[in-house]
Amino acid sequence: MSRRTMRIGSGLTRRNVVLGAAGAAATLGMPGILTAQPANLKIGILHPVTGGLAYEGEQCRKGALLALEEINAAGGIKSKGGAKIEAVLADAQSKPDVGAAEVDRLAEAGVLAIQGPFASGIALATTQAAAKHNLPHLVDVGVVDQIVTRGLPNTFRFAPGFGKITGFALDALQKINTDAGGAAKTAFIVHEDGAFGSGMAKLLNEKLPGIGIQVMQTLSHPSPQRDFTNIALQIRQGNPDLIIPSNYKNEFILMARTLQQQRVRPKAGIYALLGGAASNVAFAKQYPQAAEYIMDCNHWYNPTKELSKVFAKKVADKGWDLTYELMLNYSCMRVLADALERASEPSRAAVTAALASSTYGDHIMPYGPTKFVNGQNEGAQPANTQILKGSVEVIYPAEFASAKVAFPIPQG
Amino acid sequence: MLGGLLVPAVINGLALGAIYALTALGLTLIYGVLHIINFAHGSLLMLALYAALFLYTLGGVDPYVAILVLMPAFFAAGYVLQRLVIQPAWHGRDENVLLVTLGLAIVIDNLALWLWTSTTRSIDSRYAFEVVDLGVAFIPIAKLVGFFGALAFGALLWALMTFTDLGKAIRAVAREREGARLVGVRVEHIYAMTFGIGTAMVAAAACLLLPTFYVTPQVGYAFVLVAFTTVVLGGMGSFPGALFAGLLLGVVEALCGLYLGESLGQIGIFVVFILMVLFRPTGLFGARA
Amino acid sequence: MSGKAAGSVLLAALLAVPFVVQSEFWLSFWLLVLMFAFLGQSWNVLGGYGGQFSFGHALFFGGGAFGTAILQVRHGINAYLAGAIAITLTAMVGALLGYLVFRYRLRGAYFALVTLAFAEVARVLIASFEYTGGGFGMLVPLARGAANFQFDDRRIFYLIAWTLVAGGCLIALWLENSRFGAQLIAVRENEDGAQALGVDPVRTKVLAIALSAAMAATVGVFYVQNFLFVDSQIAFGPGMSIEALLVAIIGGVGTAFGPLIGAVVLHALGELAKQITGNAPGLNLVLYGLLLIAALRFLPSGFVSAFGRRPKASPGAVDA
Repeated sequence: MSRRTMRIGSGLTRRNVVLGAAGAAATLGMPGILTAQPANLKIGILHPVTGGLAYEGEQCRKGALLALEEINAAGGIKSKGGAKIEAVLADAQSKPDVGAAEVDRLAEAGVLAIQGPFASGIALATTQAAAKHNLPHLVDVGVVDQIVTRGLPNTFRFAPGFGKITGFALDALQKINTDAGGAAKTAFIVHEDGAFGSGMAKLLNEKLPGIGIQVMQTLSHPSPQRDFTNIALQIRQGNPDLIIPSNYKNEFILMARTLQQQRVRPKAGIYALLGGAASNVAFAKQYPQAAEYIMDCNHWYNPTKELSKVFAKKVADKGWDLTYELMLNYSCMRVLADALERASEPSRAAVTAALASSTYGDHIMPYGPTKFVNGQNEGAQPANTQILKGSVEVIYPAEFASAKVAFPIPQG
Repeated sequence: MLGGLLVPAVINGLALGAIYALTALGLTLIYGVLHIINFAHGSLLMLALYAALFLYTLGGVDPYVAILVLMPAFFAAGYVLQRLVIQPAWHGRDENVLLVTLGLAIVIDNLALWLWTSTTRSIDSRYAFEVVDLGVAFIPIAKLVGFFGALAFGALLWALMTFTDLGKAIRAVAREREGARLVGVRVEHIYAMTFGIGTAMVAAAACLLLPTFYVTPQVGYAFVLVAFTTVVLGGMGSFPGALFAGLLLGVVEALCGLYLGESLGQIGIFVVFILMVLFRPTGLFGARA
Repeated sequence: MSGKAAGSVLLAALLAVPFVVQSEFWLSFWLLVLMFAFLGQSWNVLGGYGGQFSFGHALFFGGGAFGTAILQVRHGINAYLAGAIAITLTAMVGALLGYLVFRYRLRGAYFALVTLAFAEVARVLIASFEYTGGGFGMLVPLARGAANFQFDDRRIFYLIAWTLVAGGCLIALWLENSRFGAQLIAVRENEDGAQALGVDPVRTKVLAIALSAAMAATVGVFYVQNFLFVDSQIAFGPGMSIEALLVAIIGGVGTAFGPLIGAVVLHALGELAKQITGNAPGLNLVLYGLLLIAALRFLPSGFVSAFGRRPKASPGAVDA
């Protein structure tokens, strides 16, 4: 899909990708249609699609464009005379300074809002740059809580942050563990040493004893980490009931494989926090043995909803990996479309106001109605997944669950 | 409590170090002869990993068998790259070559990103989870193969350099470029041959690495800095040096990771390197090179 | 037109940017160009005039960036004072490092890789301690105002950056015409010969690296004030070191205006590549890399040489 639409524009308008038939006609410069159609509403889609975060960034971009395509196909923004949403794509190259410069570019391209940019470090730079243009910036992921605590009035974060995710995970873990008669009493924490892994580890170390789980050891590693044998051997020696990893996809895969090679099987299981691959369908399929029973507290969609099922089917048909980046950006675009629908006029200030008063609830995520308090979506919460028979199932909270938890993991 | 892990950590470090050594062998050869620091080395490793991966997933060719195909292919690629891209930009300025290889790295990395996207790929060969029980630890078969494979390729390269006419010509050019030219050695051809052989070694390293690792367009960077370090530590241009230094760095990394934690332990390699260069700047085997 | 005349004209023209250019995007584009031009000049002082190719200039950039961020955030020191302290400390670090490596007569690839190793050690250490921001990095609180060295109007940042670049060119010109510069170039060309003539090579190179470190640290300070956030990978990672040497070499190593011309050309090429290739991820960087290779092939002495005269002297090679 995206390949094809990339070619629609040409010359100077090439960057402005319009999806949907009318949009294509507009860029081809058919004046008859142009006058009949209201002007396109431009949204900046800013992600790191090159550099170290290219995979995540590309997934994000796909999700946003998928939602945009649907919205335009369904008649665009009705209150603005059926105006189409036009995506202006930008690449942060996995660098904060480039991200900030791209915000300036997007502002000049006349976008009404920006969605992105996945990584926390980049988000700190882009939200600040967007503030200068009074440009509403809907942060899709960016779990570092400082993004929304700096008092920037243009910044909205759709997904939950560190604090919320950790709190949720502890509740879930406590409930699951209590139901299993306290099978997990000891844990090893394995985390990447960047912003998100160390942030998680710190919070967990403070709070795990409170739910009756003793942290035996906390092992940090860089990204990329070339080898996990040391870590696997230390875990084997310590023999904890539970392993709690927080790392990116590549490291998670290496770790899971190494644990299997070294025959390390914690009694209660593996409970990942924002585990890079633990909620990745492709990982579950490729390494069914290493992946089976791994739990993850992560951004994840609500699999029980009809809207989600349609979404998942589309993603599968396109042959994409079903990942949370895709889900969150798909949702963010819908939140933006709703804000455009309700904005009194197509201006940045009006979109900001519309976002601030958003109560949009038709998410694929297991969220309540959107409610931004100081820029943070209070309706957001993660979900607890587990890989069961090679597929990613939601096991907590109960109202969104698609399967029953296997905890402690069956032995033998 | 870590005492019991000492032996397995050392064994694992040796297995990892063998891969470092193998990546460094090509680099040290290129440095020794052409006196250039090849920034594209990591990117070529990445390219070779993809090649091996696709041979496996599309053609069902085992990575170890793929060595037979990929070494000649990468030899040819290296030869052509040196002849057509690097040599013409040289102009007698070594810093230009550095930047050309940097430019090549940018082109190769992003071409890979564009063609194959940044999805992490890996193979699940039938021996991926087969291990040998050493009592203190399990050693994956693939790592053992990597270890002995690296040693074998090191020996092969050494034999090539010592006993063949090509090896003699390469050594002559490395020692005295203009002198070699005077006695009829085609220096440009030898340069390209050297670059080709260095690149072929990277292909071998990739095939040995693939069963225990993954591939992304950025994967080369996980190895390239260590490879540079290995080259200098071993004494630039010295094969036994690179082999030994690679193994040493693998063990240093494993032990520092064990005792300092994997995050802080990363400095182990660099600290050893800095101390080494300050106090024995010719490298471990430099005097012999 | 000589390289110097072309460089001066370019520099003068860049002064007009904030007064002529209305576009915020182009203003920040040129701001980044100036920032990297000055970083390149800092590399050029040591690498071009001193002949010591560093692969670890990120160490000095990061020293300035983290220095000022830590002093402001952890100790509540005023931004200007914090910046000055950070630059001074980094210069001292540079001198110390220089003393260590030059005393052992490390040159060429050894020097290059040792600086890289030091930068890597710094990257790991900075990320390992809570005090230095740990894995998260340092976030300087947003507090707009001249007193905090945070300007709402980016044109002020621009003018500061321009002044830095102009100052950098003056430093380079001074090196070309001063006694110290002559000594530095003499050491580059023939260390033993220079020593025989009474030049202390270690002292000369140590002074050069300290100056170079101070300049790179200034860019770090400037970066932090501009973006208010830095982490150890951005600051100390190899990317920043490569950026520093890239602009200097592509522009014309050991020339006063080379880094400026290099930064302009490289960023223009990057932007051009983006415009041509559109949104396909990575394709713009492929084109950028190809343009870079082509530039090296056809302008081996850097873009300065496009203006007729060859640079003053070719520097030492990356060689042991």
